[in-house]
Formats: sequence, C-alpha cells, structure tokens
Amino acid sequence: MGVKRIHSPRPRPRPVPPLLLGAAGVAAALLAGQLLPLTPLVNPRYFPTTGAVLGALADDLARAEFWRALADTLIAWAAGLAIAVAAGAALGILIGSLPPVRAATASTIEFLRPIPSVALVPLAVLLFGTRLPSTLLLVVYAAFWQVLVQVLAGVRDVDPVAADTAKSLRLTAWQRLTRLAWPTALPYLMTGVRLAATVALVLAVTAELVIGSPGLGREIAVAQTSGAAERMYALILVAGALGVLVNLGVRALERRVLAWHPAVRGGSQW
Amino acid sequence: MVTVLRRTLLALGLPAFLFAAWWIASAGSTSFYFPPLSAIVAEFGETWTAERWRDDVLPSIARLGAGYAASCAAGVGLGLLIGRTRWLFHLTEPVLEFARAVPPPVLVPVIMLFAGIGDGMKTAVIVSGCVWPILLNTVAGVRSVEPVQLDTAAAYRLGRTRTLLAVVLPGASPRIVTGMRQALAIGVILMVISEMFAAQSGLGFAIVQFQRSYAIPAMWSGILLLGGLGAALAALFALFDRAVLHWYHHQRTEEA
Repeated sequence: MGVKRIHSPRPRPRPVPPLLLGAAGVAAALLAGQLLPLTPLVNPRYFPTTGAVLGALADDLARAEFWRALADTLIAWAAGLAIAVAAGAALGILIGSLPPVRAATASTIEFLRPIPSVALVPLAVLLFGTRLPSTLLLVVYAAFWQVLVQVLAGVRDVDPVAADTAKSLRLTAWQRLTRLAWPTALPYLMTGVRLAATVALVLAVTAELVIGSPGLGREIAVAQTSGAAERMYALILVAGALGVLVNLGVRALERRVLAWHPAVRGGSQW
Repeated sequence: MVTVLRRTLLALGLPAFLFAAWWIASAGSTSFYFPPLSAIVAEFGETWTAERWRDDVLPSIARLGAGYAASCAAGVGLGLLIGRTRWLFHLTEPVLEFARAVPPPVLVPVIMLFAGIGDGMKTAVIVSGCVWPILLNTVAGVRSVEPVQLDTAAAYRLGRTRTLLAVVLPGASPRIVTGMRQALAIGVILMVISEMFAAQSGLGFAIVQFQRSYAIPAMWSGILLLGGLGAALAALFALFDRAVLHWYHHQRTEEA
C-alpha cells in the first residue's frame, strides 16, 4: 500500500449504521456456530451446533434446578460484593484520612492485593466445605482490594484548596469527612464498585466450578463431566449474559450516582 | 538519610509486625487447620525442593509466560486492526463485549474437551481469558488517539506503517498497558484453575493435592508461595509499566 493522497476526493460509500453491523456480527457468529459442527472440521460432540445449544438452553430455562443455581450464583455475587464494598469503603476512608496509617499500610496493601484469590481455594474447602461461605471467601477477597485501592486514591485526590477552605471555615472532622472526603472519593468508589462487580462474578463462578459450591459454575462442571456438551455451552452463554448484565447495570448505577459530577454531566468521559 | 530510614521503617514495619504477630499467635496452635507459622516456614523449605521447582513451579510459570505472551501479541495485533477499521469495529463490538463478559474460568471445561489435559490446554485456557482485556483496551486506546495527531501524520504523509508505529501505538499504549495489567491477574488465576481442574503437575495441582491429603502445613506453604508469585509478578509489571510509560506518568504528574 502506497502513501495515501489526502487531497484526492475519497469515494465515500454510504456508511452502514453501527447497530446493523453489530447485529450482523452476532448473526455471523451464531451462523458459524451452526454450520461449523456440520463440517468435518469440528466434532459436534465437542462443539454442538447453535441450534442444539439453544435447545439445551430452552430446556434449562424450564427447569427449577437451573433457576436455583442462577439464584445461588447471584446471591453469592451480591453478598460478596456488598461485604467487599462496605469493608473497602470504610477502611479506605479511614486509612486514607490518617496519613501516618496510610504510610504504614501502603507496602502491606501492595503485597496483599496481587495475591490471587484462587490461592485461597484449599483453605476455603477445608474451612467451609462446598457451602456458600467458601464462595464468599474468594469473592470478598478478590473484590475488596479493588474497592480499597480506588477509595484510597480518591481520598488522596481531595483538592488542597478545598481542604484549606474547610480548615479555615473550621469544619469539624465529621463535616470534613462528609462534605469533602466523601464527595471526592465517590467517583473513585464507583470505579472500584464497577471493577469489583466484574471480579466478584468471575470469582463466584470460579469458586462454584472448582470447589463445587452450589451455583452456575457447579452446573457447568456437572454438565462437562456428564458429557452434556450442549448444556455446558448453554450455561456458559448464561454466564456470559450475566456478565454483560452486570457490566451494564453497574455502568447505569455509576451514571446515576455521579449525575452531579462534571465528568458525567459533560458526557465526554464514562 | 533520615527520610530513607523513615521510609524503610514505614515500608517494613507493618509487614514485620504482622509476621511476628502471626508467628507468636500461632506458636502454640494445636488447631489442625491453622498450624504454627514456624511449622509452615519449616515445611516450606522441605516442600519446595529443587525437584519440585523443576517439576511443578517452573512449568506453571512457563505456561503462564507462553500464554501471556501469545495473548499480548494477539490482543495488540487484532486490537490495532479492529481499532483502525471502523466497519470491523462495529461488526465485532457486540461479540467481543460478550466474550469479555464470560467469566474466563468457565472456558476451562470447554478447552479440556478440545485439547485434552496437556500443556496445550493449559496454555490455551490462559490465552482464552487473557486476550480479551488486552484486545478491548487496545481497541479503545486506538480509537481515542487524538484526531489532530492522525491528521498531522496524514499531512506529513507518514504512510501506514509509520503512522501505526509512531502515532497510533504510542497514543494507545497507556490503555494497552492497563489491559495487560488486568490480563496478568486473570492469567495467574487461570494458571492455577487449569491445574486444579486437570493436571498431574503444576503449582495449582500441588496445592490441591496437599489439601486433599490433609498435608496442612504444606498446603499453607503453597498458598504463601502462590501469594509471593502474585506479588512478584505485580512488582515486575510495575517496573515494566514505569519503563514503557515513564513519559505518560511524567506528563500526568506535571499536569496535576
């Protein structure tokens, strides 16, 4: 390809609407999933057709067991996320507003944060067996750091002029916390919640898959060991749909909570 | 001099205190699940022998490295292509967003079907999870490159390759590095999961094996090793980040 001549009028084809293109992409993926297993390239036992997978999905949707598993996963996700957000926000504000404590804990936080929470799998199994607390332990550990680190960054971001103003107006410590630290940290907290929500879902499903605690993950493991490939793929689609819903839900929440914030009001960033 | 001393003290004080607290609190522990830290430390040396490093730890790290490198190459390459091609971006966006939203560990059983339980499967599992954050962040980074810079490149007739290397890639690099950081965390998780699920060797396999045989101090030593590995990788990545993006961090601190 040579150098493009920028002065020559480029023939502009009429642009296809993005939404239509996206739909075409999804349709193409589904069609490929339907046709590939019919060719000798892929073994349909390992990779069933889209039709077969959707059929298995329809079967599942009619079964109480499926809804039970979905509810178990959602409960583990929501409970773990709630604990992680509450603990992360409280500790983050506390540590962040006390500079000596922040300085003393920084290295410890940097060390503990990247520890993969799946390292705790054996401990969770020993302590709680295959029950819900096993899942919660992993979910909370992974999600907590996301929130804590963001809140710490948020509290640090307080405008020095605003801090001085608060001091000269003799705001009490409580007032400074609620009027200054909290509104500054809130956008960071929401970023933390968004990251934590995704991580929490991943860890909830992972714990169920590996430990065998009740939920979608365990159903996927069961489908795999019993050779029900269609059902396995159907459940994976459900897990993906759950992930998309979580992403969309948290983004909507973020926009709502931060409607007052210039970055959201301006609409230039997300 | 004093500040250096103060900093070292601050950085090491709490970890040392926590370690000492754990050591003392667990010293007389008779609890089966929480053995004394002294026992765990003693076990550490005995468990993670040179042989185990060779058979379990290093192969795990090698698979992680191979999978991660492949993900970076594929993610950045495809990301540049998709980010620069408008119709391709719109065509693939919903499918890619869905692929990213699938919790990566659920792909372990799928890939096991195809690739059995060998090295290939474990590396494929790592790629299947790591590639999405890198790919999508690269796309987002490429699309957020300043249009003025692109116009300037076009006005100077930089040509495709040079525009890509000199304008688009540096402009997108902060986002690419963000994606690579997310991918590293996912990669470690998948390394462990794929070995816990089906393997005869590896760090994850060894730890689960200890737990199943109720070798509790050995299990704890494995958890510590895995934690140390995660922390070491994060520290390495921080170095990489600073080396690649020093100009970016510099700019940001100057603006602030």
